[in-house]
Amino acid sequence: MAPRPLSSYYLPFEQPLKAFDDRICKLEDLSKQNNMDLGADIAAQVAARERFLVETFSKLSSWERVQVARHVHRPQTADYVELMCEDFIELHGDRAFADDRAILTGFALMDGERFLLMGQHKGRDVHERAVCNFGLPQPEGYRKALWKMRLAEKYQLPIVSLIDTKGAAPDVGAEERGQSQAIAQNLMVMSGLKVPIVCIVIGEGGSGGALAIGVGDRFLIQEYAYFSVISPEGCASILWKDAERKAEAATALKLTASELLKLGIVDEIIPEPLGGAHRDPAAAARTLRATILRHLRELQTVPISQLLEQRYRKLRAIGKYREEVLEHVGAIVAD
Amino acid sequence: MAHAVPQRPNSSDTAVSRRVQTEGVFRKCDACGESVPVMALRRNLDVCPESGCGHHFQIGALRRVEITVDPDSFRELFGSIEPVDPLEFRARRSYAERLREAQRQTGLKEAVVCGEARIHGQDVVLAVMDCHFISGSMGSVVGEKITRAIEHATAMRRPIVIVCCSGGARMDEGALSLMQMAKTSAALYRHDQAGLACITVLTHPTLAGVSASFAFLGDVIIAEPKAMIGFTGAIVIEQTIKKKLPEGFQEAEFLLEHGQIDMVVERKNMRETLAKLLAFATHKPARRASATAEPIRMEGPEDAAAAQTEDGAIRPQGRAGGPAGRKRTAKQRKE
Ligand SMILES: [Zn+2]
Repeated sequence: MAPRPLSSYYLPFEQPLKAFDDRICKLEDLSKQNNMDLGADIAAQVAARERFLVETFSKLSSWERVQVARHVHRPQTADYVELMCEDFIELHGDRAFADDRAILTGFALMDGERFLLMGQHKGRDVHERAVCNFGLPQPEGYRKALWKMRLAEKYQLPIVSLIDTKGAAPDVGAEERGQSQAIAQNLMVMSGLKVPIVCIVIGEGGSGGALAIGVGDRFLIQEYAYFSVISPEGCASILWKDAERKAEAATALKLTASELLKLGIVDEIIPEPLGGAHRDPAAAARTLRATILRHLRELQTVPISQLLEQRYRKLRAIGKYREEVLEHVGAIVAD
Repeated sequence: MAHAVPQRPNSSDTAVSRRVQTEGVFRKCDACGESVPVMALRRNLDVCPESGCGHHFQIGALRRVEITVDPDSFRELFGSIEPVDPLEFRARRSYAERLREAQRQTGLKEAVVCGEARIHGQDVVLAVMDCHFISGSMGSVVGEKITRAIEHATAMRRPIVIVCCSGGARMDEGALSLMQMAKTSAALYRHDQAGLACITVLTHPTLAGVSASFAFLGDVIIAEPKAMIGFTGAIVIEQTIKKKLPEGFQEAEFLLEHGQIDMVVERKNMRETLAKLLAFATHKPARRASATAEPIRMEGPEDAAAAQTEDGAIRPQGRAGGPAGRKRTAKQRKE
């Protein structure tokens, strides 16, 4: 499948961009139809458009970043598979109940590197979104991922996990079939899987449903992706009983790439093309591919026992608290 | 509050003091609506004594410790770890202020109490959550203390019992809270790999980030009657699917029916049940003590050391771990 054309959908703060794009289009048409040389005008518009993008994207608010992460034309797991991999063999099913299409799994080949690639996929059109349940996995999605990860371990293939979900599916069946257990099991098994694991948030990193394929040796995030304990809307409803205060909530949650880097949760921020990955999916894929290859090659030089120890230490170190220097070990006699 | 209800002149003070006294002597049962004498409630392990009710009141961590372990056997660990406000999170009130208030109200530093204890003479490491401390939510400190408790249990080669009671990850610490799911699960992986037992007790409520991490990683999962257990909150699910939820949805008995937990146990039987389970889980301590990271599983005649484990208090059940039962266990563990 050919990569999608550049995005024709504009977020509220991207609206001036639409004006530029329309003008540039019109000028190009005019010059073609009337055989006029409007090169200078076009160049001026292109330069102004670029200035606007640089200016706007250098100071995006947290909420605007969330909107970019959710952009309908933001490249998704299947886009990156098509754009980055020389070969991909999709593997289906959890061997127990269903093939949850909210998580895509398969063997990937990239510049000679073989690995297991998995990721949530939201769907790019109405049909795909229905099939993929908008990227909200059921327990079967997590169990499918787990099954394939065990296979990767058996074949000694490293794992690359692309995270992009609002969260785990909120429905009755998911609860009946053990959403909690499925997520918990992945967290536990991934912490000890004997192959390198690179996790990358490529869009939305929504809560436990995102983390359930996010435990590994590297935790990377694209520039305009986010990772949060709760959605800004959910947070706003709890804090102010008003989901509309989502922008405030987004700021309070410190969910942006640079804030997460500061908190010691992510290891590296992967730059995106000017204006976000949706403005140039091919360029975004090139950077992502180079980053994946670099980390895979780095991790494959580390002996597995050392890798597992590092993975544990890395998880172990996350959290902020205060502790008295002298551990007080007193007896509490329950009364 | 005294001046809020000055119904009769000169009598308001006594009215208020009588009401305060009444509140101290009786507690209203949320299930049957009866006012239950506090003394009777306490004698009944904080379970409503009204006939046909049996509602399990929520209890604090120290009370839980008291009714779960052998008298005077509890020794608190990691009690000096205190929360901070890493995101400088503020909504209507600052997180720092909410923490201080929760500490004042509960007399605890955080929403979990950890320590060593004995249950019918058997050594365990215990972690007990307290729902009165910011809904028992898990932030950095809860994650850290539970992780340390698990690590301590691994180092001491002891089983761990975790009594869960939590609304989920603590929003006010953002993604740091979310990552505690991975941290605790990673610690449990090592405990599990060392062949040690983990029993989790899910009490009302056990939700979201806690449900989808250590709560559902117990070897044996016990729930208290009617405890609400699940990943996504029932209200969110109802709003999403716009359908009425099935009767008893996410209650302990519902989970039992759907194969998600091992048993529903009334509070009055909890200590006994834990003791029995621990006896099965630790029935070969002499061999375990000599084992290293990879314990050697052996089949064969039982030795004298195994008999030593059969503590006086649990002798009637001790026989259940006879040769046949043991052989089967050994086989299963080879996997
Ligand atoms: Zn009652």
